[in-house]
Amino acid sequence: MSIAPIINSPAASGLSPTLPPAPANPREELAKLLDGRYPDARGRYGPFGGRFVPETLIPAITRLEQVAREAFNDTSFLDELSMHQRDWIGRPTPLCHAANLSKLWGVDLWLKREDLAHTGAHKINNALGQALLARRLGVQRIIAETGAGQHGVATAAACARLGFACRVYMGAADVERQAPNVQRMKRLGAEVVPVESGDRTLRAAIDEALRDWVSDPMGTHYLLGSAVGPHPFPFLVRSFQSVIGREARAQFHERTGRLPDQAYACVGGGSNAIGFFHGFLGDERVELFGVEAGGHGDKPGEHSSTIARGRPGVLHGCYSMLLQDENGQIIDTHSISAGLDYPGVGPEHSFLHHIGRVTYIAASDDDAITGVRSLCRHEGILPALEPSHAIGAIARLAPSLKGKSILVHLCGRGDKDAPILQAHGV
Amino acid sequence: MSLPLPADALRKSIFAAKERHGIALVPYITAGFPTRAAFPSLLRTIAPHAAAIEVGVPFSDPMADGMTIQNSSRIALQNGATLRWIIDQLASIAEEPLPPRVLMSYLNPLMSLGGERELAEACVRASVSALIIPDLPLEECGGLRSTLNARGIGLVQMATPITPAERLRGLISSCDGFLYAVTVTGVTGGSTPAGTPTSAPGSPAEYLRRLRSLASPANLPVCAGFGIRTRENVGVLAGLADGAIIGSALIDALSSGHAAGRDAGSDAGNFLTSLRS
Repeated sequence: MSIAPIINSPAASGLSPTLPPAPANPREELAKLLDGRYPDARGRYGPFGGRFVPETLIPAITRLEQVAREAFNDTSFLDELSMHQRDWIGRPTPLCHAANLSKLWGVDLWLKREDLAHTGAHKINNALGQALLARRLGVQRIIAETGAGQHGVATAAACARLGFACRVYMGAADVERQAPNVQRMKRLGAEVVPVESGDRTLRAAIDEALRDWVSDPMGTHYLLGSAVGPHPFPFLVRSFQSVIGREARAQFHERTGRLPDQAYACVGGGSNAIGFFHGFLGDERVELFGVEAGGHGDKPGEHSSTIARGRPGVLHGCYSMLLQDENGQIIDTHSISAGLDYPGVGPEHSFLHHIGRVTYIAASDDDAITGVRSLCRHEGILPALEPSHAIGAIARLAPSLKGKSILVHLCGRGDKDAPILQAHGV
Repeated sequence: MSLPLPADALRKSIFAAKERHGIALVPYITAGFPTRAAFPSLLRTIAPHAAAIEVGVPFSDPMADGMTIQNSSRIALQNGATLRWIIDQLASIAEEPLPPRVLMSYLNPLMSLGGERELAEACVRASVSALIIPDLPLEECGGLRSTLNARGIGLVQMATPITPAERLRGLISSCDGFLYAVTVTGVTGGSTPAGTPTSAPGSPAEYLRRLRSLASPANLPVCAGFGIRTRENVGVLAGLADGAIIGSALIDALSSGHAAGRDAGSDAGNFLTSLRS
């Protein structure tokens, strides 16, 4: 990781409201990412990323970056991380062949079972990692945002284990639709604050968590769960989530003797996808697909397809693709899944889209329901609505995928979605 | 600089008001709140009290703002206040003898004009003296600042109680018009989510003295903001800062006047008068 000094010479921001031209040499851009030149000293992945935050937060994010660098080079930190990953999270999570759906769809379908991780989703990987960093930061208190509630539950669990006071900001609309997770957070000792301002979903929860953090940047750690926000957050989240891709690649190779033709993950802010994709970015022949929430229509407010339908802008501290109107105001989004219901996307995803390494597609609310039904009936797995978008996309695309080996990141389990599934007759 | 540049006029206006009244007042209003129609007349109403006027561009996700300015921004957006409209309105009164106008906006609405050059030209048309951009850090501001400076327009930097000394010097050397001293770690209005601790070390007086000792060699006034609500607050600041920025408290006065069906501008004027008497 490149480290920025607390004072840099003021430079051109290079921010543009339109997508910069595609780089002349995308292979070289990817190499910069893979060998650690990106994120650069300003926290950029090509044009995307950065740290666009109020001055009050600069000392805290600078300290976080320094502490993270020291930790990542300290074997005692890495040993402790892997001990908790093994004994508490239950890593490695399994790779599972979906034999029945493979037969039904004429493909060879495999699932990386992050739904079997402790607390039921990939979010625990980052919550644990950042909570361990928070101990090195010397803070007393941890705050987090949550959409579907999985990051809130994971943060509450990590705080309980490592002894931090924990407050979770959650949009009031999400408190209603993900009620089972609200109870879990409270049981784990967290205070859950429903956010009534803004759009009452994940975006408003991040706004409110940032406002809390601005009040106590040095005594509180903001444990951001999505691969968004100011540098170094997207980098930290990816680093702690990369264990998924590393395991998946090794497991797939061990089981089949080769690598998959294609790999799919759902993308909201993009934390599960970025960790998963990192296992395969250097494998040119593995096609990577990020599946965004297509919602129930193409018009603004009907979907959360940020990369497909957005343009670059600055929200929550980073420059990335963004759903916004012609005046630069952020547009309300829709998705059946709270975890994908977000108008931005991690800057590294914008970069991977820009250089053409990952293809981003959309799956609708109906696709997601199809995905849930398929995995329940044919494989005996109740998936979360978020990764069900990826399953549903494959169901729809199956006729054109005949014979391909496909790996899907099943990033969470679906217990939390009971109220929504019931309403949809599932 | 010898030319009467807008950013320099802003600096002089604050020092002059400080000289005359003991402290300069810099009122903040959210453009388009409580109504769009009130905007130009509100500027005229508060002008006699102001060394400069901070005009807020509403944004859907104001992460450094407390509840008051979140609400005024939401209403202004519902009223249809866009940056283009604000620029047009300011341009229409550019010739009037008003105090210097400073535009405060988050980055994303500013970017919607196209680029740094388009933004700077819009500021010229609107007779804006300087910009305040809370989510544009020092490391990223150089390109925009030179584009603005080339047209005489300034970029105001913000300092906080936890900004290290070395960084403060960097901020001051890239700052025009005045230095915005955020007096608390927290959001505007001084309101933070209930039960949130604060990181600010030392006393506000000590902090402001430190800022002024660094800013005065650069001949840069220091204006304090965030949570300044009463005559007592302003009185205490008179010995410590060159100016006081009055934001959330003024918006609250406008809100209650508007809600009671009164001319919101006169409530705003009365409130600003009360800060001095």
